[in-house]
Amino acid sequence: MIKSLITRFQQGYRTIGYPDPGAPEPVMPARFRGRPVFDSSKCPADCRQCVDACPTQAITIADGKIKLDLGRCLFCDDCAQACPEHAITHSRDYRLTVRQASDLIVNSDQEIKLAAALDGKLRKLFGRSLQLRQVSAGGCNGCESDVNVLTTIGWDLSRFGISFVASPRHADGLLITGPVTENMKQALKIAYDALPDPKIVIAVGACALSGGPYINHSEVNNGAANIVPVDLFIPGCPPHPMTILDGLLRLLGKIEAGKS
Amino acid sequence: MTQTTPSSTMSFVEIINGQPLERSALPDLPLPQFQNTILDAVQDGHRVAALFGSPHQDPAKLNVYAVLADDRRGRFQAAYTSVSVDGFPSLTPRCPQAHLFEREIAEQYGVKPLGHPWLKPVRFHRSYRAGTDAWNRTATDVVQAGVMEFYQITGGQVHEVAVGPIHAGIIEPGHFRFQCDGETILHLEISLGYQHRGVERAMQGGPNKRSLHYAETLAGDTTIGHGCAYAHMLESLSHCRISPRAAAIRGIALELERLANHVGDLGALSGDVGFLPTASFCGRIRGDFLNMTAALCGSRFGRGLVRIGGVGFDVETTLAADLLKRLDVAEQESRGAITLLWETSSVMARFEGIGTVPKDTALELGMVGPAARACGLDMDSRRDHPSGIYRFSHVPVSTWRGGDVFARAYVRWLEIQRSIQFVRDQLKSLPSGELRSAVAALQPNALAVTMQEAWRGEVCHIALTDAQGRFERYKIVDPSFHNWMGVAMAVRGKQISDFPLCNKSFSLSYCGHDL
Repeated sequence: MIKSLITRFQQGYRTIGYPDPGAPEPVMPARFRGRPVFDSSKCPADCRQCVDACPTQAITIADGKIKLDLGRCLFCDDCAQACPEHAITHSRDYRLTVRQASDLIVNSDQEIKLAAALDGKLRKLFGRSLQLRQVSAGGCNGCESDVNVLTTIGWDLSRFGISFVASPRHADGLLITGPVTENMKQALKIAYDALPDPKIVIAVGACALSGGPYINHSEVNNGAANIVPVDLFIPGCPPHPMTILDGLLRLLGKIEAGKS
Repeated sequence: MTQTTPSSTMSFVEIINGQPLERSALPDLPLPQFQNTILDAVQDGHRVAALFGSPHQDPAKLNVYAVLADDRRGRFQAAYTSVSVDGFPSLTPRCPQAHLFEREIAEQYGVKPLGHPWLKPVRFHRSYRAGTDAWNRTATDVVQAGVMEFYQITGGQVHEVAVGPIHAGIIEPGHFRFQCDGETILHLEISLGYQHRGVERAMQGGPNKRSLHYAETLAGDTTIGHGCAYAHMLESLSHCRISPRAAAIRGIALELERLANHVGDLGALSGDVGFLPTASFCGRIRGDFLNMTAALCGSRFGRGLVRIGGVGFDVETTLAADLLKRLDVAEQESRGAITLLWETSSVMARFEGIGTVPKDTALELGMVGPAARACGLDMDSRRDHPSGIYRFSHVPVSTWRGGDVFARAYVRWLEIQRSIQFVRDQLKSLPSGELRSAVAALQPNALAVTMQEAWRGEVCHIALTDAQGRFERYKIVDPSFHNWMGVAMAVRGKQISDFPLCNKSFSLSYCGHDL
């Protein structure tokens, strides 16, 4: 018992201050690959190196402008390494979450339309207490692990009223990871149907947004939105815990809309 | 380098980890000799590292390849045979290690191992040979995970408990079917396949721009393990030598991956027995190790670190110094958190004597990794089949006895200490060299085997290339494939309430198994 208390004292208080007022902004690792930044003005005419290098066809070029589908992006850097003009870099910006699938497609010269808060009744219902059921539907345990980490003392997700529950019957929403394999399609539908109304769905990671590395495999369904309606899209492979936390807090209106 | 051995595997050809072999040098054995050699070799202490099918040019036949691991001599033995698509005598009744491999052959190619005592689907997908099915399902029958005949025990007091595919926590899906007499588990059948994404099928015809990403997401918590095995495969088949520096950085990343997962698992085990201090501390410290990997390559799971021909990122002097400092803190905090477990009687009472797998059973099932070492099996492919940095820097093998939850936990703690020491040594004396070496085209008509000791145990990749140097077949064996049956054995005759603890003590991968 004494040893437990001593160890407790040594381990200290370790929950991050963010997003409390006055708390330091989170610092991402120097090599963190956040939102990709494209400088289309550097692109030579007819160059398609980045398009060809991308493993998930996330990049398209139209009218000399690069467009990126954040839902498909694995944040793998294959495009940047292929670019002869160094026109592609990764910012350290971890804020990537959007509410509409169409907002995942970003132009090189355009800001991301970050997720808006739930409105009206839903925000009133879930804003101070959101119980989620997590369903892994073909996820590799990367997204699952970094969702799980939010429940540890370092992040303490429950201080925002968000927690993960053991049954869809106890839940306000689903948090889905994985491309939705054929073999999980039915279980996912059953879990969704078991949620009481009103309910929300959060898709986390490239697989759940688009199929990720498994896009167009006959064994998968190219993401959660092809099976159930999705209210929040959190890109990444896997998303950093900060990205997931930022997305959840925006949805609940706990980060001011003006703070993009 | 190839040579035959005077032992029981005389008819097989001998290769080492990452050494490509001309396919013409691979013995094509008659089926009885092929099977008898495997039986003799396993009797002799070799293990079945892989046994898999591959199409034969005659549509009435199927090729079956075997790769055996001779851990004592650091060699693999390989050969192949051809069987009729109408079926072949099963090896499983005489060699339990073959059991899941033969089920996989049946599922992938619709060819039945006749006399297999437990012939059920593994991942619930249609056969690669269109129109064939080992369970005589037609094109209109549904092939759905979990739809199969489960073993049932009947009797007045016997009841059945079904768990999954969706589980209560934030974990991957799988189905567990218990036959219980009161609280006692008479039998557990584990039926997986829910995570099947078709990786092996998609690897055929590769490598292509997705292949490395498949490897990195085969089991996302083993990104470095599978990434290294895959990169090593391409380097072997293209006769590319990575620099000592690249090899050392891969080793650092592989050990950080082990550290993060082992620390996380000890925390989760602590949580499963209701001892929250260590559960809380380890949950956070795991993140400190993940963040060290993120400092290396930007990703907490090591995405982008392993590149074909080397690594994507260097460890400069300042980064090495920073990592050493963080490692010291993480070591001290891990020690404080984890030793609490061994000193707390309520924890030890729940760890000791629970979920025991006898050493003989572990051997017979062909278990690998920390779960096998916890049964006293002295095996670790970092020592037995070393590649990369492990040929020069050795990590002592950590074993324990007993095969219970405690042993599986304690082996992890031993490995944590040794991995920290290894990472520290590497960071202090990083060799020089290019980060990436050039990779040429792959050797055509070749076979190669690569193996890495990832945190759950050995990751084994096998490639067969065609005349153009493309993958004709790419076989992946995750350590979980060898160990899931161990979980079923660990809980037999035990209380059903101990199942979560037993399961966590193995901490196996669902997607690594399901591919």
